[in-house]
Amino acid sequence: MTYILVLEQILNGLQLGIMLFLMAAGLTLVFGVMGLINLAHGSLYMVGAFAAAAVAGWTGSFLLALIASLAAAAAAGALMELVVIRRLYRRDHLDQVLATFALILIFSEGTRWLFGSFPLFLDVPSYLSGPVSLPGGIEYPLYRLTIILIGLAIAAGLFLLIARTRIGIQIRAGEADREMIAALGVDISKLYTLVFALGAALAGLAGALVGAIQSVQVGMGEPVLILAFVVIVIGGIGSIKGALAGALLVGMTDTLGGVFLPQLFALFMDPASAASAGASLASMLIYILMAAILLVRPSGLYGGSA
Amino acid sequence: MMLTRESLLNWAMIAALLIVPLAAWSLDEPFIITLATKAAILALAGVGLNIALGLGGLISLGHAAFFGIGGYAMGILAAHAQNYEPLFEWPFLFEGSNQMPLIWLVAVVFSACAALVIGALSLRTSGVYFIMITLAFGQMLYYFAISWSAYGGEDGLSIWVRNEFPGLNTLDPIQFFAIAYVILCLALVFAARLARSPFGLALAAARQNEDRVQAVGLTPFTLRLTAFVISGAITGLAGALFADLNRFVSPTMLSWHTSGEIMIFVILGGVGRLYGPVAGAALYILLEHLLGGISDYWQIFLGVLLLLIVLFARGGLIGAIAGREKAHG
Repeated sequence: MTYILVLEQILNGLQLGIMLFLMAAGLTLVFGVMGLINLAHGSLYMVGAFAAAAVAGWTGSFLLALIASLAAAAAAGALMELVVIRRLYRRDHLDQVLATFALILIFSEGTRWLFGSFPLFLDVPSYLSGPVSLPGGIEYPLYRLTIILIGLAIAAGLFLLIARTRIGIQIRAGEADREMIAALGVDISKLYTLVFALGAALAGLAGALVGAIQSVQVGMGEPVLILAFVVIVIGGIGSIKGALAGALLVGMTDTLGGVFLPQLFALFMDPASAASAGASLASMLIYILMAAILLVRPSGLYGGSA
Repeated sequence: MMLTRESLLNWAMIAALLIVPLAAWSLDEPFIITLATKAAILALAGVGLNIALGLGGLISLGHAAFFGIGGYAMGILAAHAQNYEPLFEWPFLFEGSNQMPLIWLVAVVFSACAALVIGALSLRTSGVYFIMITLAFGQMLYYFAISWSAYGGEDGLSIWVRNEFPGLNTLDPIQFFAIAYVILCLALVFAARLARSPFGLALAAARQNEDRVQAVGLTPFTLRLTAFVISGAITGLAGALFADLNRFVSPTMLSWHTSGEIMIFVILGGVGRLYGPVAGAALYILLEHLLGGISDYWQIFLGVLLLLIVLFARGGLIGAIAGREKAHG
């Protein structure tokens, strides 16, 4: 095992972590500001991926596809908020879980109805395909590197948005005291729709970016959604900083565990059983990590009060 | 006992669940008997979840874990029995089993143990954390089952012949239905007595006002953990029966869609209603059968229906018919 392989896997872990951050940021914002648990966030990821695949199919332009994914997911998110979600803010978590689970059924089956059950493919554009040489002699796929950079740029933009802009002030004020900022004359329902659409757009972009590596299919958002839940539970619900820390931790653990656990087990087991035992444990690793963190800090790394 | 509209409705439902398959049996329609069996088993899973959800107020999105553990208990024991491969040789030789009572016992014990561990960790938190953590633990077992190639991995595990119950022919649909129905009735009686017992009252009190329960010297954590374990054990038993119904178990039983569906049974019927899961599971099977015949995309309609119930008819089916005054939830 060489250090190049290790570095490559660290980059892969970073890439997964960044994509998880794009998902988790929306979830944690929506929870922090509106107090809503949204299971249908994975559907917005799927909407973004399908919109990108469809637009790339029509126009052949990857850039237009990315823009389409942002627009479609933001529109779907705004629509979802206006029609259903805003009736749920005052409800208990059980109603929120059920209503958003119902939305998943509607979105998944609706997409299957529109696009069929076969996966679509979104191709990496030629100017982003192929490997690139990094310092230290690593050959790494250019596209994955681009994803990491886009993700980091968006993370930075999001932090600036929340720390420095008027909207950001309103979002933070909304987390702290909803009634108060409504009393101060902020149009709270417009703010809610905006936050929801912003989270949706991030999820949709993540779907499109990952869709070019994997296939675009119905139900693709759900494994990512659950990982994003693990991320915000680890990071602390409502905290963007926590979402970033949690996302990187989960991305690294999952990627490195999947590669290195079987090799670790091979040191003291025969290869076949090491491969299967390693794979089994690796698939459970992030949940074990989550359980361990909860034992120490029940409200997550950056969570104040649950 | 006072005959309220709800208790009349309960009797009517439980009678209908018996009469429909009996009528189907006399008309020689085994498919309808199988549908009724499925409804009874899924209702049992819902009765299990309802103890945590309705009585304890614990919104678990991970009950598929227990359903699946029950299913795999059946699959593993029966697979070893049918292949004559010993499951373990120490401390005594055990070659698996195709006897339902033993399989049920194993299913209940293992799902209760899993519920104890998952519950002890998850109940350290509350609210939305609890939902996400139970969901995550369920998913953990799902991925574990997928990667567990010794028992079929992603493809699951098939059993050639349905397991046996002393004195009955379980391959006869109506006799297998009878087993599921009797267990469902026992579970309903158990749940009703539990709700009225001192434990059930304390649990409901912990849901309504945690501080006061603590002030009178009870520990909400212990109450909830006990409820979670009982709930998981019943859902695990339902899982063993469900796997036996299909003679097949796969990671799908552990997926979070299954957790969502079990929750849907409880909600369609009405949260906190003792017979809610029976109404919900029966309605679900009916919808699946009727709408599934019209369109492959029937779950769109299910989604819309569920959405309408959550937004506008919060008492569920029983609430709509019996009025909402009597819900103990």
